[in-house]
Amino acid sequence: MNRIVLVRYGEIILKGMNRPVFESLLVKNIKKALKDECPMSIHWAQATIYIEPEDDSCVESIVEKLKRVFGIVSIVVAYPAAKDIDELEQTLADNFSAELSAASTFKVIAKRSDKTFHMTSPQICEEIGGRLLERFPNLSVDVHSPEVNVYVEIRETGYVHLDRISGAGGMPSGSNGKAMLLLSGGIDSPVAGYMIGKRGVQLEAIHFFSYPYTSDRAKDKVLKLGKIIAGYTGSLKVHIVPFTDIQLQIRDKCPEEHLTLVMRRFMMQISQRIAEKRGCSALITGESIGQVASQTMGALAVTDDAVTMPVFRPLIGMDKEEIVEISRKIDTYETSILPYEDCCTVFTPRHPSTKPKLAKVLLSQNQLDIERLIDEAVEGTEIVEV
Amino acid sequence: MEVYLDNSATTRPYEEAAKAVYDTMLSCYANPSSLHRMGKTAEDLLEDCRKVIASTVYGTPDEIYFTSGGTESDNLALIGYCMANRRKGNRIITQRTEHAAVLETFAYLEQNGFEVVYVDITPLGTPDMAMLASSINEQTLLLSFMYVNNENGAIFPIADIAALAKAAKCALHVDAVQAYGKLPINVRTLGADLLSISSHKIHGPNGVGALWVKKGTRLSSIVFGGKQEKGMRSGTENLAGIAGFAKAAEIKFANLDSDAQKMSELKERLISNLRGKIENVVVNSPEDSVCSVANISFPGVKSEVLLHVLESNGIYVSTGSACNSKKNKFSYVLSEMKLRADVIDSAIRFSLSAFNTQDEIDYVCKVLEREIPLLRKIMR
Repeated sequence: MNRIVLVRYGEIILKGMNRPVFESLLVKNIKKALKDECPMSIHWAQATIYIEPEDDSCVESIVEKLKRVFGIVSIVVAYPAAKDIDELEQTLADNFSAELSAASTFKVIAKRSDKTFHMTSPQICEEIGGRLLERFPNLSVDVHSPEVNVYVEIRETGYVHLDRISGAGGMPSGSNGKAMLLLSGGIDSPVAGYMIGKRGVQLEAIHFFSYPYTSDRAKDKVLKLGKIIAGYTGSLKVHIVPFTDIQLQIRDKCPEEHLTLVMRRFMMQISQRIAEKRGCSALITGESIGQVASQTMGALAVTDDAVTMPVFRPLIGMDKEEIVEISRKIDTYETSILPYEDCCTVFTPRHPSTKPKLAKVLLSQNQLDIERLIDEAVEGTEIVEV
Repeated sequence: MEVYLDNSATTRPYEEAAKAVYDTMLSCYANPSSLHRMGKTAEDLLEDCRKVIASTVYGTPDEIYFTSGGTESDNLALIGYCMANRRKGNRIITQRTEHAAVLETFAYLEQNGFEVVYVDITPLGTPDMAMLASSINEQTLLLSFMYVNNENGAIFPIADIAALAKAAKCALHVDAVQAYGKLPINVRTLGADLLSISSHKIHGPNGVGALWVKKGTRLSSIVFGGKQEKGMRSGTENLAGIAGFAKAAEIKFANLDSDAQKMSELKERLISNLRGKIENVVVNSPEDSVCSVANISFPGVKSEVLLHVLESNGIYVSTGSACNSKKNKFSYVLSEMKLRADVIDSAIRFSLSAFNTQDEIDYVCKVLEREIPLLRKIMR
């Protein structure tokens, strides 16, 4: 008989009347995440989603994918056994002897949904607990804070399992609207996307491409990052905006200390335009106060002024080390640090203004034909689905 | 127009070489070690190829060991020689602008107890011979020097180095990957004991190369298994690749002088045109460098940006060497030559083959003449 995967979700239980909506969204997301796996049946009951793969060998890869689905609090892989105390005990010993030999305290938790089974839950606990104590002399019972919880479930068949694997947490993707992520290819922006995505916000991403100052390899890298993010949020559309022309014009006409700020304003304006077109209601950036000259409070105020949409900056109060830690955890770090040069350094002023005056930056930007440049960039945008 | 000027990274295969690979895969696919007739046919083809490759360096067929390419040849030569001859001495000497296949192997040998000396190079890109002479002592086991540098095309004075090796009775390994097919190489007079060559730099397939080992040289294997290549390189032979290599070598060495002549003229044309039409052009390749490499800087223009501008015009070049450009931003070869930072920052390697034409070179000059002033203005 095959193993079964049980998925538990947390926060959405609190959603009252809307709960079924969230539940079916989560199931839909799970189905999508597992679409390339072997055939399986998926159903849910009593705040648990049951996944029963037809082929036992795909359980491990199913678990790996489930770890990236937002809205899941914990995952359990349960071993089936006949509804018979000897069988249940044997299945536990066969599959969990390593864990049970290594622990010193344990507790048995029994659940009996098949009320025709001849023992009650407390009786099952007592019987299985006693047998495990005999088999594993290292163990003693601790009902308050055991090292290992042993679960025995009696349903249409019997199941045994140990503790749960932590899920990604958060809310099911798509349950909280849609936002546009400014994705640069560095360490910060994928983390920012992950954090907002985790709250159930569906994402699209936008990348500014300055060929030949940034290369095809740099674009590939951004698409790779997009693919990793899509592993959490479902599919992801990446909008690649041709940006060289705007950068050249800024370089040509604006004072050097405002180069980056005017560029950031253009990026925000173009993002907002595309976000509106795509039905997004917010922008997301990976900015953190003071990390670089364009992220001082004054600079952020100048950038913010360029758009009317809310701008989410989930990393705003985080240190670089904290951001790196998350990027390692979500697997974007190794891709983010690939060295393909972003020759945008060509357009970086030697002495950027860190306490910019909005009025002066506006004067700089107004020397350009802003509307036409934005229109052309939006017009030339290429959409890649990763 | 598409202009491929990255031939030091790899070359476009001759059609005949590609066909030899294809034909061998389909019609001579047996294992050369098999006892049956088909195996014998494959073995015969392998030995014919060995004769061809041996003749290109004036060696004998029993001195040729096929490998997976230049990197493996360098590894086998260095590790194989040092391990087999440890008793003779502990010091091994090379120089700082060798290919990573040599430098990384030296680092490995250093970790394994060998004393490693790196000789400096002069601003001309060739080794400091006085420093080399004074570095050789009685404990010296092996010298390893490239014949031609892959980034700047500098040709090393191998005969002089060989004379020092001979006087000190130590062995000499020559990484001839970039020289092979451009300069005539005669192992009988060169004075080397080991020589690495590769197929894909002479219009043969990737993934195949050879190590020439002078008769009587003791060498340990670094790959263990079925004892192919007289136990030096276990693993079923890459017969299709070897056949393609031999076919490419036949064509290349039948045209060695005329091809070199052609490349020299193209290189001269490129350099003099650029110097005549663009301000502030710095040629980093020495005067007497190999016919195929022109390393040129356009100070003020970041080389990576220029590479992509050229690419958008159908012209393919490298910054630094292709093997290196993935990890380091700047060329260690040019740094070792002590060039100015803005020269290193803007260096482009144009590397030619006999497939290139005058029209292509003129086109490249025209594109550069148009783009360099624009880029300099942007990157002021």
